[in-house]
Amino acid sequence: MMRPNPVTPRLLIGFGAAIVFAAILPHLVSDFTSFQFTLAMSYGIALLGLNILTGYNGQFSIGHSAFYAVGAYTAAILLYHFEWNHYATLPVAALVAFVVGFLFGLPALRLEGLYLALATFAFAVATPQLLKFDAFEHWTGGVQGLFVPKPEPLIGGLSADQSLYYVALAIMVLLMGVAWCLLHSRSGRAIMAIRDNPIAASTMGINTALYKTTVFGISAMYTGIAGALSVFVTEFVAPDAFNFFLAVNLLIGSVVGGIVSIPGVIFGGLFLVFVPNFAQDISRAYPFVPPPWAIFGILLILAIYFVPFGVWGAVERVSARWKRKSAAGR
Amino acid sequence: MRIKNLLAAAAAAALLAGTAQAADMTGITDTTIKIGNTNPYSGPASVYSTIGKTISAYFKMVNEMGGIQGRQIDFISLDDGYSPPRTVEQVRKLVEQEEVALLFQTLGTPTNSAIHRYVNSKKVPHLFVATGASKWGQPEKYPWTMGFQPTYDVEGEIYAKYVLENVENPKIAILFQNDDYGKDYRDGFLRGLGDKADELVVSQLPYEVTDPTVDSQIVAMKDSGANVFFNITIPKFAAQAIRKSCEIGWKPTHLLNNVSSSVGATLTPAGLDCSKGLITAIYLKDPVDPQWQDDAGYKEWVGFMEKHMPGADMTDVNYAYGYNVSKLMHITLDGCKDLSREGIMACAANLKDIELPMVLPGILVNTAADDFYPIQAEQLSQFDGERWVAFGGIIDASK
Repeated sequence: MMRPNPVTPRLLIGFGAAIVFAAILPHLVSDFTSFQFTLAMSYGIALLGLNILTGYNGQFSIGHSAFYAVGAYTAAILLYHFEWNHYATLPVAALVAFVVGFLFGLPALRLEGLYLALATFAFAVATPQLLKFDAFEHWTGGVQGLFVPKPEPLIGGLSADQSLYYVALAIMVLLMGVAWCLLHSRSGRAIMAIRDNPIAASTMGINTALYKTTVFGISAMYTGIAGALSVFVTEFVAPDAFNFFLAVNLLIGSVVGGIVSIPGVIFGGLFLVFVPNFAQDISRAYPFVPPPWAIFGILLILAIYFVPFGVWGAVERVSARWKRKSAAGR
Repeated sequence: MRIKNLLAAAAAAALLAGTAQAADMTGITDTTIKIGNTNPYSGPASVYSTIGKTISAYFKMVNEMGGIQGRQIDFISLDDGYSPPRTVEQVRKLVEQEEVALLFQTLGTPTNSAIHRYVNSKKVPHLFVATGASKWGQPEKYPWTMGFQPTYDVEGEIYAKYVLENVENPKIAILFQNDDYGKDYRDGFLRGLGDKADELVVSQLPYEVTDPTVDSQIVAMKDSGANVFFNITIPKFAAQAIRKSCEIGWKPTHLLNNVSSSVGATLTPAGLDCSKGLITAIYLKDPVDPQWQDDAGYKEWVGFMEKHMPGADMTDVNYAYGYNVSKLMHITLDGCKDLSREGIMACAANLKDIELPMVLPGILVNTAADDFYPIQAEQLSQFDGERWVAFGGIIDASK
């Protein structure tokens, strides 16, 4: 679990199959379901940022909703006030989130573990209020938020929802690839060394301060891109969308998917979108079951109990056991 | 054979689709009417979930009594946690997956803003939304969305009318929360003052929700020499403002926005003595006001509450609100011959002089093709040290 996921032929086949399945999915389900999957992918990308930071670099953040908001508002403001092309806003959102994350990471360097978590918490709590703040209101739209239309379908014959699904899928796969390359590089080893033993890492000549700040920036960048995508999907930003609850949700998704993994974010994203709906559906269908968030809580506890290392952690364990067994049988 | 059947089915489907285009009957069958709703059952605004529960209980009662026009109401109320993206998701689910005939009483200003364009592009009736913002009554731009309660700016206009008619030589100070809610109230008030607004208003000060107190604003307003104080604040700040002006001996004609008119949440902490003489505008019958004990509408509501919502806290005015708005939906659908989406919208825009049980007598619901504000009248009340006492007649801002 300490190393990033090694590439095996089986993993590649699985990955290929997943891509094919993901590519035909929007043609099998309704536009609404495609929309839900796009939302799940937007969360998944944010979780990727959180996993790099927390899972691989060992820094805790319970304030990633703030970076999600930074990305979302950057995109929304460019779309609303300057009528940019949707996709042109993505790199800007990424850059702005990176800079904000990097700057936030600078003082945060002096903070370790719990203290860093508290600092990020403060950031998460302050964000919705800052967005309503008078001086920014002209840009942010204040409490009412901003409305931005969905991007037009890229290819004729696709609905707006289907087109957006493919865009999100492409971005997610690309960003997963970038994360994988980063974590398998020399820098990646340094990132994990800092997590495992910071003193030893700096003795080895790793500039822990620079690495930690940069990782914070990269993590914020991922989450910012996710936020920008979420604006395309929901066509609306408002301060209340980026409250502390979102920050906690991101942490939940990260842990459920597998915080030290890259593919786990897919499961984390799906969990965040579909499990609350599922909880509400069964709560509505059967009067004797507890209210939705109680069911959500129960499902969460079950998930943590049965797959303590997240969904992807469980997949890896099962496959490792299977490999051992088949090796022993030979 | 199979192919023939398929073709026949396709032809039938095409035919059906053709008629559906003529009149969109989504969500309506001979035996059911499907109504969608979002409510904050969780999250920061969950205090309002009593409204969603009241509506559910109301339609359950309607179904037990045989439904509306012989159709059972399938009321689907989903939790959006007061989070706009959640609202978008849940409303899309209601419209695209559940295929509801209409949306009713979706709650919250930011949440409804998030779906405003979507429901209008889908041409789904979006009726009697639960928010006091003024933007829900724009039939030319958003012909599928309609409000319910008096808007903040209408209430502001009512205070302005009162000041112009009753205060000699008014010099007005306005304290407002620096957001859309505060500005809606303020703008309505200024509009009500008309051309003279600039002369009459001597002090206009904002505060932020994040401010610790509004004491300095109150002191500055006293110094401005104002004799009228329009207090646009939420309960915490309203209590501070009342207390501070009392302490420093400033005794203007004090207009308190309805948002903070709760005796328990605002006036008791401010001090009931200091609160004496405050003026506010109301449109609902206060459930704790003894004058309604023998009122038919009040009794109807109490009967409903005791039978269908046993154990609920009857002092919570949101139950009365939920009952009123459910009744209005019931009346709208009951009198509607054409239950297509267009038909329902036309019926909602053609309500004439409808009385609701827990709305003050004399305040009637009226809508028209160019009037998407169902309730536009309120009555002023003055605090006598114990409770609000209504005075003057009903003030209708639409007239």
